[in-house]
This record gives sequence, structure tokens and C-alpha cells, in this order.
Amino acid sequence: MSIILDHVNYIYGGGTPLERKALDDICLQIPDGQFVGIIGHTGSGKSTLMQHMNGLLKATSGHIYFNGEDIYEKDYDMKKLRSKVGLVFQYPEHQLFEVDVFSDVCFGPKNLGLDKKEVQLRAFDALQKVGLPMDLYYQSPFDLSGGQKRRAAIAGVLAMNPEVLILDEPTAGLDPRGRDEILGQIRQLQRQTHMTVLLVSHSMEDVAEYVDRIIVMNRGAVLYDDEPKEVFAHYKELEKVGLAAPQVTYILHELKKRGLAVDVNATTVQEAADTVCAALRDRRK
Amino acid sequence: MLRDITLGQYYQTESVIHRLDPRVKLGGTLLYIVSLFVFNHFLGYIVAAVFLGIVIRLSHVPFRFMVKGMKAILFLMLITVGFNLFLTPGEVLVRFWIFKITKEGLKLAVNMAIRLVMLVIGSSVMTLTTTPNNLTDGMEKMLRPLRVLRVPVHEVAMMMSIALRFIPILMEETDKIMKAQIARGADFESGNILQRARAMVPLLVPLFISAFRRANDLAMAMEARCYRGGDGRTKMKPLVYHKRDGAAYLCILLYLAAGIAAGNLGRALGL
Ligand SMILES: Nc1ncnc2c1ncn2[C@@H]1O[C@H](COP(=O)(O)OP(=O)(O)OP(=O)(O)O)[C@@H](O)[C@H]1O
Ligand SMILES: [Mg+2]
Repeated sequence: MSIILDHVNYIYGGGTPLERKALDDICLQIPDGQFVGIIGHTGSGKSTLMQHMNGLLKATSGHIYFNGEDIYEKDYDMKKLRSKVGLVFQYPEHQLFEVDVFSDVCFGPKNLGLDKKEVQLRAFDALQKVGLPMDLYYQSPFDLSGGQKRRAAIAGVLAMNPEVLILDEPTAGLDPRGRDEILGQIRQLQRQTHMTVLLVSHSMEDVAEYVDRIIVMNRGAVLYDDEPKEVFAHYKELEKVGLAAPQVTYILHELKKRGLAVDVNATTVQEAADTVCAALRDRRK
Repeated sequence: MLRDITLGQYYQTESVIHRLDPRVKLGGTLLYIVSLFVFNHFLGYIVAAVFLGIVIRLSHVPFRFMVKGMKAILFLMLITVGFNLFLTPGEVLVRFWIFKITKEGLKLAVNMAIRLVMLVIGSSVMTLTTTPNNLTDGMEKMLRPLRVLRVPVHEVAMMMSIALRFIPILMEETDKIMKAQIARGADFESGNILQRARAMVPLLVPLFISAFRRANDLAMAMEARCYRGGDGRTKMKPLVYHKRDGAAYLCILLYLAAGIAAGNLGRALGL
């Protein structure tokens, strides 16, 4: 079971002078349980692409299949799709509205028509997964800090028990610590539940450490779609489209150029440290 | 949905009409609307229609954008025309059940319809060819004499331009919040009126909060740049009349004269 995008195009404001092609012939296949990073410069169409995955935007042309079914079929149940593909928007805290955090998280499961007990169970479970301290559950969502609001909003989507979780820049505007915490929790969640996670970001550093696969978007098209180390090997081309490989990639390439036998494919700081140490050890021998 | 309203939407392109001083366009539109109600002969309407046609041609704005504005007032127009058609006393033409159509009523209804259509298209031409900022600038300058009467002209103009600026932002925001709630299973479309009203809460609360936040931020940003109202404030792009603006005023006067002359001519010839 998977998501398949087949030659998807999308044009904003078709038929007006402000017409703008946001997606250009996207073909993708996302198998179950994968942790995918979507990277692209601002305006490259990441958010637009993500909104196609749960049917909020309808492709101008092309098809999308979720678990083998064409979601543009006439009698396809969009509501069900949206419960299975949970989408956390950019700045999700702007969607909070209830009197307290717990009721807000209940909103999603309640809309699925579950009974009260199940709704509360799921909300509680979701709030625990995002690691929000329990004494905040019954506070007004507007009294929380930015990072806490973000977690509450993510819990609001998690509570629907989606099979696929899409996070559109979940760390935008957070400090480094808040960023690491949220990303760490998402990874943990992914490992525990094996749900498919799509993580949108414009920072390679953010995703390099966590994902199995990176999709690089540029001007509405897919530029690269591969494992992180393969994608980072194109670090020179990435710079041309306004992106950068993780800093370790640059350091390792530079070291290699100066004659140290390091493995330039290391993507995380830890891996880089290991390969540098190993290379130094070899040299000493 | 909300995006369909053309009244008050600028169409970006290059044309003589776009370049005209907003005061000319404001004054011209006002005169044009008045003229539609002063001319009461069909020859006058023909002159008005031709004039409008020429302006539209010059503006390089596709005609369908003008017509879009019509949709918004279609209902209003139907009511007006309906009332005029059925409720004017006079020589009866057709009668069915309790309704009767009179000759005078028919004439009045047709007149009204023509006036309304040209009025809406005429003002759409102005809003389509003038940026909202320019428009409020023009208004501010035209209304400046009212300051003697202690009318806060600058403040009102500033409020208007801010409000105008916020319309697309709030629309975008509505769209975003709506999508976010739909992604959480919200349903804005089905159910009875009561259920629908309740379904709006998850949309309206975040929308108001964001509107207040933005208003706050804007006020702060303005104060940080030492904004303190209109006194002694100068413009980065002051409005200055050019030759073409004079020519435009002349054209408008010529049009008025032609319209009145056409009406009189028509009556003299007994048309
Ligand atoms: N509602 C809209 N109406 C018209 N054009 C839009 C709309 N939303 C996005 N666009 C345009 O579509 C393109 C892709 O936008 P999108 O929001 O998908 O980019 P993004 O990759 O998510 O960027 P960011 O990193 O800034 O979030 C942009 O050029 C943008 O101007
Ligand atoms: Mg985006």
C-alpha cells in the first residue's frame, strides 16, 4: 500500500493574469513506512504538493492513487482519505481555537464520528506522543509558548490516527533546541508506529539525520529523489537551486581534497566524526 | 469563492488609463455615474455606452473582468428591475394574476437596467485600473479641503488603505485555516443552518485572533517608524497632474456635452 502520484500538474489561478504553475509533472511513489524528507527553496511547491496528498487541492491534470485507489474517482470518500493522511500545516498553531488544549486535540477524532471515550483516549495518547507536559492539557492553547502550541497542533492531527503523517515545516520559527526535540519525537514516533512520514523542510541539516529518502523540489518539479547520501553528492548542483548540503558534507569533501581518506558520504555529524577519526587512525598506523 | 468579486480588484497591465492620475479617474467615474442619471434619452445612453467602450478598449483590461463584477450585484439588479417593472402605475400592457406590466414600468425598468449595468462596469473600470493605494491617495487629496471642517481626512484615508490591503491577506488566511481544519475532518458544507454556523467556530476564532495579531504588529511597526498621523506628513510619490490628465478631463467634459446634445437632438427630432 502506498501513495502514487502520476504526472501531477497544478496551476494556481488558472485563467487569470496571475496564473502560476506550481507543480510540474510530478511522478512519485511513496511506499508504506518510509520516512521521506521533502526539500526545496521557498516557493518551490512543497506545500502545494503536500496539499495534494490528502485531496485539499485537486491536480489540474494527473492522478493520485492512495492504497491503490484513484482519489479523484467520483465516489471516493475524501473524508476518509483525510483521516488517513494527516496533514500538519506550516504554522499549525494558527489553527488552534478551543478553550483548552485537550478539547482542541479532540476536534479531529470527534469529526471522525467516534464515541466520546475513544475520542478522549486518542487525544490523550496523541498529547503524550508529542511530549506535552500534562499540566498544560487544560490550559488555553493561546497561553502556551510557540513550541508548545506547535506540539498541541501536531497532536491535533496525530489524534486522528493517520497512516501517513505529513508535516509542513514543523520546525519553522523554533529555536534549535525546540527543533531538535520536535524532530526527535517525530522520529521516535515513526520508529514505534512505522507510519509513513513526509517531512517538509528547507534545511538539509534538519532532515539529513532522520530520513530514509530525500525528494528535492525545484520550481515545481522533482530535481532529485534518492537516499540522503546520494542527494548530497550533488552538493554543487544543490547550491545552484538555493539549497545547501549539510555542513559536514563540505568539510568532508575539503578534507578529502587535502588528502585525508574520509568517507564523503557521511551525512550526520556523528557519522562524519566517526569517519574522520577512522581516517586519522589509519594514517597514524 | 470570495475571489470572484472584481469590484475593488486591480488588474495589472500597462495602459493610458492605468497611468492617469487617480483624481481624474475618481472624478471621471463620479461624473459618469451622474451623467447616467441625467441623460434620460436612449441617444444619451448610446453616447455613454460608446464612451465606456472606448475607455475599456484603452484600458487593455479583458472585458470578462468587468462582467465579473456584475455577478455580485445581479440579485440587487433583479430586484430593482422587478420593482420598476411591476409596481409602476400607468398604461397596462400585460396582466396576469395580481401582476401587471405597464408601459411606463417597462420603460423605467429598461432604463434602470441600462444605468445599473453601465454604472457597475464604469466603476469596475476605475477599480481595475487603479491600485487601491492610489485610489485612497486620490481620495485623500480630493477631500483635503474638508479638513477645514475638522474631518480627519488623512486618518480615514489611511484606515481605508489599510483595510483594503488587509482584504487579500485575510482571504488568504481564511483559506489556510479552512484547509487546516478540513484536514482535521471539519465539514463546512453539509448540515442545516445551525450546524453550519457552529462549524464556523473553528474558522472564525483563529481568523479573529490572527487579525488582531496582525493589527497589533502593524500598529507597532508604524509606531516604530514614527508614524503620528497626517500632520506634516509628506508623500514619497506625490500626486502631480500631467498633460494627459488635462486631456482626460477635457474628454470627460466633451463626453458630457455630447451626451446632453444627443439627448436634446433626439427629443427635437421626436425620437
Ligand atoms: N494560494 C495561492 N495562490 C496563488 N499562488 C500560490 C498560492 N500558494 C502558493 N502559490 C505559488 O505557488 C508556488 C509554490 O508555493 P508553495 O507554497 O507550494 O511553496 P513552498 O515550497 O511551500 O514554499 P515555502 O518554503 O516558502 O513554504 C509559489 O510560487 C507561490 O507563489
Ligand atoms: Mg510551504
